[in-house]
Amino acid sequence: MEKMLDLRGLSCPIPLIKTRDALNSSDNLKVIVDEPPAKENIIKFAKSHNYKVQCNADGSDFTIVISKV
Amino acid sequence: MNLGLILLTGIIFGVGAVLLVKFGNPGNYGYCAACQLRDIAGAVGIHKAATLQYARPEILGWVLGAFGLAKMNGEFRPRGGSNPAIRFVLGATMMIGALAFLGCPLRGILRLAGGDLNGLTGLAGFVAGIGAGLFYLKIGYNLGRSHSYSGGANVTSYLPAAAAFILLVAVSTNSAFLNFSAKGPGSMHAPIIISLVAGLAGGMAAQRSRMCLSGGVRDYILVKDTYLLKIYGTMFAAALLANLYFGFFKLGFTAQPLAHTMHIWNFLGLFLTGIAATLAGGCPLRQLIMSGEGNTDAMFCVLGMLVGAGISHGLNAAGSPAGVSAVGQIAVIVGIIITTGIGFAFQEKSVSPSEGV
Repeated sequence: MEKMLDLRGLSCPIPLIKTRDALNSSDNLKVIVDEPPAKENIIKFAKSHNYKVQCNADGSDFTIVISKV
Repeated sequence: MNLGLILLTGIIFGVGAVLLVKFGNPGNYGYCAACQLRDIAGAVGIHKAATLQYARPEILGWVLGAFGLAKMNGEFRPRGGSNPAIRFVLGATMMIGALAFLGCPLRGILRLAGGDLNGLTGLAGFVAGIGAGLFYLKIGYNLGRSHSYSGGANVTSYLPAAAAFILLVAVSTNSAFLNFSAKGPGSMHAPIIISLVAGLAGGMAAQRSRMCLSGGVRDYILVKDTYLLKIYGTMFAAALLANLYFGFFKLGFTAQPLAHTMHIWNFLGLFLTGIAATLAGGCPLRQLIMSGEGNTDAMFCVLGMLVGAGISHGLNAAGSPAGVSAVGQIAVIVGIIITTGIGFAFQEKSVSPSEGV
């Protein structure tokens, strides 16, 4: 089942730490962030660990769907 | 991230810093988020050190460059409200630590590229401080969420850029509203237009590349990401080559420009800056860039840095070529105690669910 994390408004590197920790217990994750650097760091981390990543912008928010390839 | 951006950012900061020295800034002082902000604090009367007063256009350019580029690329995002009071305190401690060392971590790298081996001691302390900051993050440190501003509240996010612009006009017109050092480091500076261009270029490059001195070490420790470290490597190499070319390179610990050899206090000074920067979500440079991008939490951190400069020089706690005074040593220790307390006190379990995660 897909887990969802709302990480909007949190300072760096908390969104990255929470995403990393969540991926330890779930292979499918939906993450919402609102800072471009947080979005970039999460995508970079997920891709470097061979996850499939899809990111959509919705206003000032970014929804990142991470799943195991 | 592309290689071009890494090289461009590293070269702008590395070569730009040395060129600024060539054009008149003090040694290894082309860019420094701490010292140059301290000079701005002196220019507006926050401290009375007569030799350290000049509204450095490099820093003003960082804020304005980041503001301008963020406005153009849609990354100007008015936001704030994540415990600004604590961010103010973190800014003040960040500055007190950096002024004990005599430079922010950016200047630490630039000092090393000029042959000043005290930079190594300071940067080792910085890395250790980031490690300590990460410990608090791992056990749940969190200052809570910031929120997007809308409507009239957006105005507050323009304040850093507006303040930078007013200071730039004032320094360009020799306004009586500012102090100008007649001698000492504050009197040594490149022509305003050169400092401004270097500042704008640095601000835009840092905004685009997300450059953050604490972030590079932090991301490597956390997830082995070397992206930001590559920028520092490029910056170091570029500054080293430029220093060798202009004959500025002088290897050793002693007789270095605006530096001292009290190793323990060089280490602990940037150790304090490393903890505070990690807890505040970015190094002094990054806080200035985020201020330009409309983040009012970062603005409060920068205001804390300005007040930290006032505290350091008001109490004679800042380092000098003679070293760090007893008061300065106490200030660094108190700063470490305060930041440690913040690291333990602001844990997620103590933040209400609407603020935390």
